[in-house]
Amino acid sequence: MNISEAPTVQFQDVTFRVANGRPIVSRLNFEVNRGEILVLLGRSGSGKTTTLKLINRLLIPSDGTVTVDGTPTTEWEPTRLRRRIGYVIQEIGLLPHFTVERNVGIVPALEGWDEPRRRRRTRELMDLVGLDPFTFADRYPSELSGGQRQRVGVARALAADPPLLLLDEPFGALDPLTRVEMQEELKNLQARLRKTMVFVTHDVREGLFLASRIALFQQGTLEFTGTPAEFLNTDSPEAQAFIRALGDTGGERNR
Amino acid sequence: MRLLDFFVNNSSEVLTLTAEHLFLVGLSTGIAIFVGVPLGILLTRRPRLSTPVLGLANVFQTIPSLALFGFLIPIPVIGGVGARTAIVALVLYSLLPVIRNTYAGILGIDPAVREAGRGMGMTDRQLLTMVEIPLAFGVILAGIRVATVISVGVATIAAAIGAGGLGVFIFRGVAMVNNTLILAGALPAAVMALAADFLLGRLERRFAHGRARLAELRTA
Repeated sequence: MNISEAPTVQFQDVTFRVANGRPIVSRLNFEVNRGEILVLLGRSGSGKTTTLKLINRLLIPSDGTVTVDGTPTTEWEPTRLRRRIGYVIQEIGLLPHFTVERNVGIVPALEGWDEPRRRRRTRELMDLVGLDPFTFADRYPSELSGGQRQRVGVARALAADPPLLLLDEPFGALDPLTRVEMQEELKNLQARLRKTMVFVTHDVREGLFLASRIALFQQGTLEFTGTPAEFLNTDSPEAQAFIRALGDTGGERNR
Repeated sequence: MRLLDFFVNNSSEVLTLTAEHLFLVGLSTGIAIFVGVPLGILLTRRPRLSTPVLGLANVFQTIPSLALFGFLIPIPVIGGVGARTAIVALVLYSLLPVIRNTYAGILGIDPAVREAGRGMGMTDRQLLTMVEIPLAFGVILAGIRVATVISVGVATIAAAIGAGGLGVFIFRGVAMVNNTLILAGALPAAVMALAADFLLGRLERRFAHGRARLAELRTA
């Protein structure tokens, strides 16, 4: 196998338990391949977000190993690992006292980039996500719409050019039209930048549209992994349930 | 106007006592900030300590101030008669609002913001200085304002243990049944409390609403 095609993230028998011993995810085995969008699909509480946090070491496995770029997360220095991984969460978490420009430039600032380089990079990224730097650089998050904030969140995650992006229901709070727009832009962005992405959603339509592969979660275990086409043809009852939900809400979008 | 005459005729004593009062309040509030803010931050890192520490600070506040001054007098090093004892007592009173507001201000920050900070690879120190302290600053300042106003009032009682300050006039006035003398102490103290409240309140609003006002300006 070519080194560049080696999986960037690998879960080996990973279990995560909370303090009272109840497992949130059990015996996960899967990998994320370089350059793909792996969609973690599942109902609320099925362990998707926990799985994501195990990758950037916000959580540490109770059993098993999560490997990022060949090194177990427990052996990574946490801040170094996290600065190599872009992270977008549903609530976005923009710093309310930082302008858009400073928000986008946080990781470069943490990494000690000098001011001109940081400035160039943030402007470039704002262009990339469709926010005019002249209009938006000096605004505060409170002055932005939901969609604009989400763009800032994506730009911020991309700032230090991390090879891997984790996105936790990033478009969950957006209205349906903005949501579709953002999905399309993210897909274009990925096609251009070739980033590896792990994308959490409970929206099967969004999952099918974005995924190179889908990992279906059910009650903390991995129920199915495969391409969207395989997903549509599997006889897994949970997958069937999701596909029925798709039928209830209208036809499939063009892929 | 007898009060005005009093101020004119005793201007040097009025100024001295006012300066002493300011010194008591300033130094004790300064120490309370210096101790209380780091302690409040520590409590956010060690939540299990928060109940005993806040409880203890609360207990000090329930002790009547005159009694607290009295209790401190026989204690060696920090006790005795004079300004030092008064400052210790004032610090004990001022600590609670400072600790509590620091603690509550940081805990009140949107968890998503904190998690985003950690997820981006901030160290604990960076999270504290770049995110938590700036966002909690308005609330911390509110605690400092409350502490200062309490101190101005309590410091009048410090005269009872020979610490000086505007309480000297008040105690003398009470002993001589002289209302003018009581007012000569009470009025400057009240003005001082109101001024501190006003100035710190303005500072606090600037930090709480600075961004909102900026937003208004830009859209206008």
